[in-house]
Amino acid sequence: MGTVASFDIGYTRYLDPPGASPVSSSPLPPFATDPDALLPLYRAMVLTRQFDLKAIALQRTGKIGTFASALGQEAIGVGVASAMRREDVLVPSYREHAAQFVRGVSMTESLLYWGGDERGSGFAAAPHDFGNNVPIGTQVCHAAGVAYAFLLRNEARVAVCMLGDGGTSKGDFYEGMNMAGAWHAPLVIVVSNNQWAISMPRSRQTAAHTLAQKAIAAGIPGEQIDGNDVVAVRHRVGEAIERARAGDGPTLIEAVTYRLGDHTTADDASRYRDESTVKAHWQAEPLLRLREHLVKLGAWDAGREEALVRECSQQVAQAVEAYLSLPPPDPAAMFDCLFATMPAALQEQLATARRYAAPHQPNPN
Amino acid sequence: MAEITLVEAVNQALGYALEHDPDVLLLGEDIGVNGGVFRATVGLQARFGPQRVLDTPLAESGIVGAAIGMAAMGLKPVAEIQFTGFIYPAIDNIINHAGRMRHRTRNRLGCPLVVRSPFGAGIHAPEHHSESPEAIFAHMPGIRVVIPSSPARAYGLLLAAINDPDPVIFLEPTRLYRLFRQEVVNDGAALPLDACFTLREGSDVTLVSWGAMLQETLAAADQLAEEGVSAAVIDVATLKPLDMQTILESVARTSRCVIVHEAPRTAGFGAEIAAGLADAGLYSLAAPVQRVTGFDTVVPLSRLEHTYLPSVARIVDAVRKALAA
Repeated sequence: MGTVASFDIGYTRYLDPPGASPVSSSPLPPFATDPDALLPLYRAMVLTRQFDLKAIALQRTGKIGTFASALGQEAIGVGVASAMRREDVLVPSYREHAAQFVRGVSMTESLLYWGGDERGSGFAAAPHDFGNNVPIGTQVCHAAGVAYAFLLRNEARVAVCMLGDGGTSKGDFYEGMNMAGAWHAPLVIVVSNNQWAISMPRSRQTAAHTLAQKAIAAGIPGEQIDGNDVVAVRHRVGEAIERARAGDGPTLIEAVTYRLGDHTTADDASRYRDESTVKAHWQAEPLLRLREHLVKLGAWDAGREEALVRECSQQVAQAVEAYLSLPPPDPAAMFDCLFATMPAALQEQLATARRYAAPHQPNPN
Repeated sequence: MAEITLVEAVNQALGYALEHDPDVLLLGEDIGVNGGVFRATVGLQARFGPQRVLDTPLAESGIVGAAIGMAAMGLKPVAEIQFTGFIYPAIDNIINHAGRMRHRTRNRLGCPLVVRSPFGAGIHAPEHHSESPEAIFAHMPGIRVVIPSSPARAYGLLLAAINDPDPVIFLEPTRLYRLFRQEVVNDGAALPLDACFTLREGSDVTLVSWGAMLQETLAAADQLAEEGVSAAVIDVATLKPLDMQTILESVARTSRCVIVHEAPRTAGFGAEIAAGLADAGLYSLAAPVQRVTGFDTVVPLSRLEHTYLPSVARIVDAVRKALAA
């Protein structure tokens, strides 16, 4: 038997976790030795970490509903969003607030969303970005369509789609990726492989050795990166985005990370995984990785760390304050954006909803 | 003025929209060079190019999902699902995404999408080619469901659907594609959505139907007229949002109503209309509302499909029952 096709999957890491041997001898990309370029990334990661801690606390005290933490995955969102241009479009899953904050979604909007308030999807400063995609994997098809629209209109914009490892088992993941490949559309798909789809470990999600190799079946480039290394994420995703922008078609990037928290606040991961494994993964977490690099560059110390954490924590507190002080939504929020013009039958139902409006849910105040 | 078939009217409306609005594009399986399996898009790729008349990979969820992404960016995609029996893989995208896009982005991103699909029984097609799932879509928030019953209404309603800023499921009765011709002016004039069409006025009974069943319904009205019974005939056309007012006003005059559809009976859209009459028209009714529908069975293979489909005789008998009450 001869060979008609074969493939390799590349892997990129620049900043090594403690005890790991270097992956390649390739030099750091230029921005990775420039503190002015790295500090905004670090700040965004610390802000997301502070937000997550606060959001979980708010859920535990009944002030928001179920929340999906990004604990341990901050480098992926921050790296991806920082590689995008303002006019590009993010089509995310529901665990990508690290990326959304960089894109301009406010922390108050995120709290409103998880707090059950429609106004949280307003995205005043990221008006073209899609909302959190809760059904798994469908957003890959949407992102392929977004990319096709850019192609048709000859716009130098790129669609960036984010999903999780479980999502790669869905048909829509393949359908969207395959169409984008067939159309040579400007799409970058980033899989945040955090090793867990609720209780299902990556090892049992698929027999495929990597998730990146699923790109091969769609005829597009696929590669793996260390998702806890923000330099690798920023650089490789940035290269893929610029290839797409230049007309060189889509790319699939598998960013390998680890879900340090529960699936959501409604989950208890101790039912299905060993806490000691989780503890071991804390050694490789992304904030520590970048912080040590910054220290090596002479751009960071304990004092600056303390000041940054304090500043981010204050910023989160202000967002929480804005969230808690917003008056409850009018019942119209159920009706007013369903159609461009509200049909008569809905107007009648809105009048009923107003007449019988339930006392405001014990959000917030 | 040319007399054209319903499928030619669809083709003309698509051609008009492509010619006059650069945001319009068509996508689907075999719609380009092949012109669609029913030839609804014949000649359009040659006129407007492969980018705007896009042959897609064989992936129904992907077709609708990608169309949602295009629509969110302001294009006006018209997606074709080759047969309605194959629309089910796309239901996740239609219900969870098309119907909610505007709502869940607080008006930032709209979904001016049309999903066209040939539907219904009566053309001796294979398995899975004859279903009538309109009630599934009518039940779902944020989606319009539009069904034409003549070449002129196919032309005008399809243009209206393409111009509409929200998603429309546009179900084209395959049985009518080439059944008869009608004069249609290719002038881009849209017909109103969200409105029933009164095809005949009448004083003794109101017959309410949509799509291909209007053929049997109109034939029943003819037969009843010979017996001296005056039947009003209403084409619902837009199932959701439903123009209940037109039906109520007719029933206020006739006091009797028979609803005809080929979809299965249980939770069929006829039940919604009957409930609407019970809500707001009960005191004008002199007889129970009758429903003449397909059976709660799988649409049969072709040898039995004309037994499955409501016949003129079943409609006439239902009217007689209403008149006797």
